[in-house]
Amino acid sequence: MTYARRSWIVLWKDLLSERRSKETLNALFFFALLLLFLFQFALGADRERLTAAMPGLLWLGFILSGLVGLGRAFLAERENDCWEGLLLAPGDKSAIYLGKVAGNLVLMLFVEAVLLVLFAVFFDVDLGAHPLRLTVVIGLGTLGFAAVGTLFAAMTAHVRAREVLFPVLLLPVQVPLLLGAVEATEAVLLGEPLGAVGHWLGLLAAADAIYLTVGILTFDAILEA
Amino acid sequence: MTSRERVLGWVAGLGLTAGFVMAFGVAPREATQGNVQRIMYLHVPAILVAYLAFGVVLVASVIYLWGRAAGADRLAHASAEVGVVFTSINIATGAIWGKPTWGTWWTWDARLTSVSIMFVIYLAYLLLRAMIEDRERAARFAAVLGIVAALDIPLVHFSVYWWRTLHQPATLLRPGSTPMDPPFVLALIVNLVAFVLLYGYFVAKRVRLLRQEQEVLA
Repeated sequence: MTYARRSWIVLWKDLLSERRSKETLNALFFFALLLLFLFQFALGADRERLTAAMPGLLWLGFILSGLVGLGRAFLAERENDCWEGLLLAPGDKSAIYLGKVAGNLVLMLFVEAVLLVLFAVFFDVDLGAHPLRLTVVIGLGTLGFAAVGTLFAAMTAHVRAREVLFPVLLLPVQVPLLLGAVEATEAVLLGEPLGAVGHWLGLLAAADAIYLTVGILTFDAILEA
Repeated sequence: MTSRERVLGWVAGLGLTAGFVMAFGVAPREATQGNVQRIMYLHVPAILVAYLAFGVVLVASVIYLWGRAAGADRLAHASAEVGVVFTSINIATGAIWGKPTWGTWWTWDARLTSVSIMFVIYLAYLLLRAMIEDRERAARFAAVLGIVAALDIPLVHFSVYWWRTLHQPATLLRPGSTPMDPPFVLALIVNLVAFVLLYGYFVAKRVRLLRQEQEVLA
């Protein structure tokens, strides 16, 4: 079985069980809706203030729902005693990591798409002026977040205080991703070309590459019982 | 305490004394800032040694994942602890210096922000170690985080720098790179050497304590 095929099987397994149970996605959609209420109440009804804070709020929404979603990434394996199954899987364990990252990426992009629509509807902002540019920025930011988040989720899966420890580990490390994504999103929403935020996109791409590489090289050490 | 540790401790103590004399006796009073500037002799060596400490964490983490030598794990653990202590010395002295010089204890300047993020990342590193009971598992996970954290430092540095400077170009917070006079530089170097020795002493002590702890528990 090739490396790509083994990654694909992990991804397929996660997507299939999510499609059938809809446990995480349903809760996340509802969570995203509640976040919009919170943002609205926290900032008041002032349209200008909301628009000025939009890129930050958008990524705050992505990150908070991502924290909740990623925290459950290895829940099925842990609760159903399938950890040994992962351990027994033949070949390079990093294929499992890549499959999990891909699964989390798909999940997060789903929720982010819903959040974008909700923002556009409830806050009456035009997010669709440059869909391609926005997709590039969101894709780069989310990939890094999923890469380092999946690594930390696997680490904290066996720790007693995992609900606390997971965000405590992830939030400080992902600061460069958040800064880059917010700044680039702001520029794109203002109608600037991607070239104007080339340095931020480069930083996001570098962060993605670093997190993915470390994840691939070290996942073996995390998976050991 | 082993005799080697004792020697290191005495040498570090002598170095700190020499550094103290240099900072308050030999180095002249800085023209514009006055005596407040002397805090630099504590502030700058502290952060340089903290960077050294986190570099050691990175190297020791890689070595641990490679050959699973328990000694490399103890070195990473001890070095991270000492690095966090030196970072907090840097942040505290910076705030004390900032109040009379800038008029505020804290500002979200690029350097302050990136150092404080680094501080929080390594606090989380120590928290991870503290929360895992199984020693061997704690060592493995901490090694992975030690690598991610160290590689994150340049990303944090660049992102925060761009974030601040693109919004708020050079104000009084960004002094020009005026060259320092030799007596200032000399006092700084003496203190830096003393701090490196102090770091070595602390780490040697912590590594021995961690080893004894593990021997007792084993």
